[in-house]
Amino acid sequence: MTLNRQHMRGALGQGASILVTLFGLLILTFVIGRIMPTDPVRAIVGEDATQEVYMNVYQELGLDKPMWQQFFLYLRDLATGDFGTSIRTGKPVIQDILHALPATIELATFAIIIGACLGVPLGVMAAVKKDRWQDHVIRVFSLMGHSMPIFWTGMIGLLVFYASLGWVGGSGRMSQFYIGMVPDRTGFLLIDSAVAGQWDVFRSALRHIILPAALLGYSSSAYITRMTRSFMLDQINQEYVTTARVKGLSQRQTIWRHAFANIRVQLVTIVALAYGALLEGAVLIETVFAWPGFGQYLTSSLRIGDMNAVMTCVLIVGLIFITLNIISDILYRVFDPRTR
Amino acid sequence: MTEERPMLDVKNLSVRYRGTDTPAVRDVSFTLGRERLGIVGESGSGKSTVGRALLKLLPTAELTADRMRFEEVDLLTAPERKMLELRGQRMSMILQDPKFSLNPIQRCGLQIAEAYRTHVRCSKGEARAKAIEMLSAVQIRDPERVFDLYPHEVSGGMGQRIMIAMMLLADPGLVIADEPTSALDVTVRLKVLRILDGLVREKGIGLIMISHDLSLVRSFCDRVLIMYAGRVVETLAARDLDNARHPYTQGLLAAQPRIGGSRDELPVLERKDSWLEPAEERP
Repeated sequence: MTLNRQHMRGALGQGASILVTLFGLLILTFVIGRIMPTDPVRAIVGEDATQEVYMNVYQELGLDKPMWQQFFLYLRDLATGDFGTSIRTGKPVIQDILHALPATIELATFAIIIGACLGVPLGVMAAVKKDRWQDHVIRVFSLMGHSMPIFWTGMIGLLVFYASLGWVGGSGRMSQFYIGMVPDRTGFLLIDSAVAGQWDVFRSALRHIILPAALLGYSSSAYITRMTRSFMLDQINQEYVTTARVKGLSQRQTIWRHAFANIRVQLVTIVALAYGALLEGAVLIETVFAWPGFGQYLTSSLRIGDMNAVMTCVLIVGLIFITLNIISDILYRVFDPRTR
Repeated sequence: MTEERPMLDVKNLSVRYRGTDTPAVRDVSFTLGRERLGIVGESGSGKSTVGRALLKLLPTAELTADRMRFEEVDLLTAPERKMLELRGQRMSMILQDPKFSLNPIQRCGLQIAEAYRTHVRCSKGEARAKAIEMLSAVQIRDPERVFDLYPHEVSGGMGQRIMIAMMLLADPGLVIADEPTSALDVTVRLKVLRILDGLVREKGIGLIMISHDLSLVRSFCDRVLIMYAGRVVETLAARDLDNARHPYTQGLLAAQPRIGGSRDELPVLERKDSWLEPAEERP
């Protein structure tokens, strides 16, 4: 009973803190929209418009009202799903983003799976074999992943695996040939093509995503490896690990059943952060691979001062991090009884 | 005690940690039958290292000895696979502080059951029943409930009883208790020790109790090794502790406060190089 009440209070507290964060985020995006040195009216009416037309649009946008009223107008627009229109594409911003975001989520998810599947076992191994040759090799390998700029590995990767060896597809999400062949259901090309039974397209998409995803995965695995190694080193010296050894468990059982089980909470945090970083900042690799994703959309919008697009992108990045935080919090509770 | 063939026979055991010049333990020899042996010494005297060396739990240390035998097994040459069989089943160790020696994210009961399932092929239910039975053996009143608790939900005394249950579950022949009560409140110390002592006697287990508490060792052990600077400087029967000959042992005894004793400052050890020599053997 008391436990339930505690749970309720915890959930309420968390809900409240999410709301506060969300509100802060909305203020932030609103302020970004107002302080940027671009003139939203001029962007709409064009350079040659008369003063009269200019003033009409000025009032239509509510720019003559006090700031706090403008903020509530902004909130009301958001609530009705109106995120404004992009100057660059002339389409509703949200429509553009819903088109670009799946491409990035697909790439980032693929990449984080590779990064975690590579980084976590390597980190555990480096910790177990601390100061032996395995540890040194792993550390050099991960340091390389950390220090080579992604746009450079991207180009080298394209040169080697696409141009020379022909193992993977080149730039874009699929071959030019297939573009438009698969109906856009979810925006996730791998899913859409599989659902439609278009296995040629699926294969092409897979060949195109594998290289950028592997490179991004390698670069985030560098971070994951180093963190996993240090988390594991902390645990391996704990007394409960000795207890497990005394019970007669082999080293492997001790490491995975006991020590590793205790770093899951920390791992969730850093993998979630690495995933967030991939979702928000895969701009370089998206540019190199001509990947029509979120990073590219955001940078292009920034470059020409497309404020509605920028504000919405910032909002989305914020939402992504809030969501990842909620998921991490839930996983904490699953993995660590002390947080329940 | 079987005089002709003791359960544990250690001759000139030395342990040196990798990267250090001086060995942490040097030339330690002793034998153990089905008795209770205390190893006493100050921090850093090497007493815990001896305990862990017996289980070969020191990956970063070099072990050398003329002899290190446990029943029919030569521990020095035993491969890790053999050690896995021994650990937990035939020899085990009770660690100091249940706050750290229990896995914080696993239910206590499962940790106990794991000790059993590692060595005995059985169903989960069987292991659970065995663990619960053992929990009552260490006088835990509501074993079914305690089985499902996490380590942070039990007290220190209960945690240590859980540890004892875990380590005695597979009926080992030898148990090493490494400062089993140092982390506990004075009030529960005796209770936990009595439970351990009762089980050790009942099952005829050979016990090595590592401690710095002379009075505990005096009342719970048959024989005492006194260690100083990695060496055994004196071996004597617990009841003869007051007649110790080695100046270090005498110094330790003199430094103990006594209820109703003098209120003057307690004497402090004044170390001498000659202490590294063992006391002459008693006739």
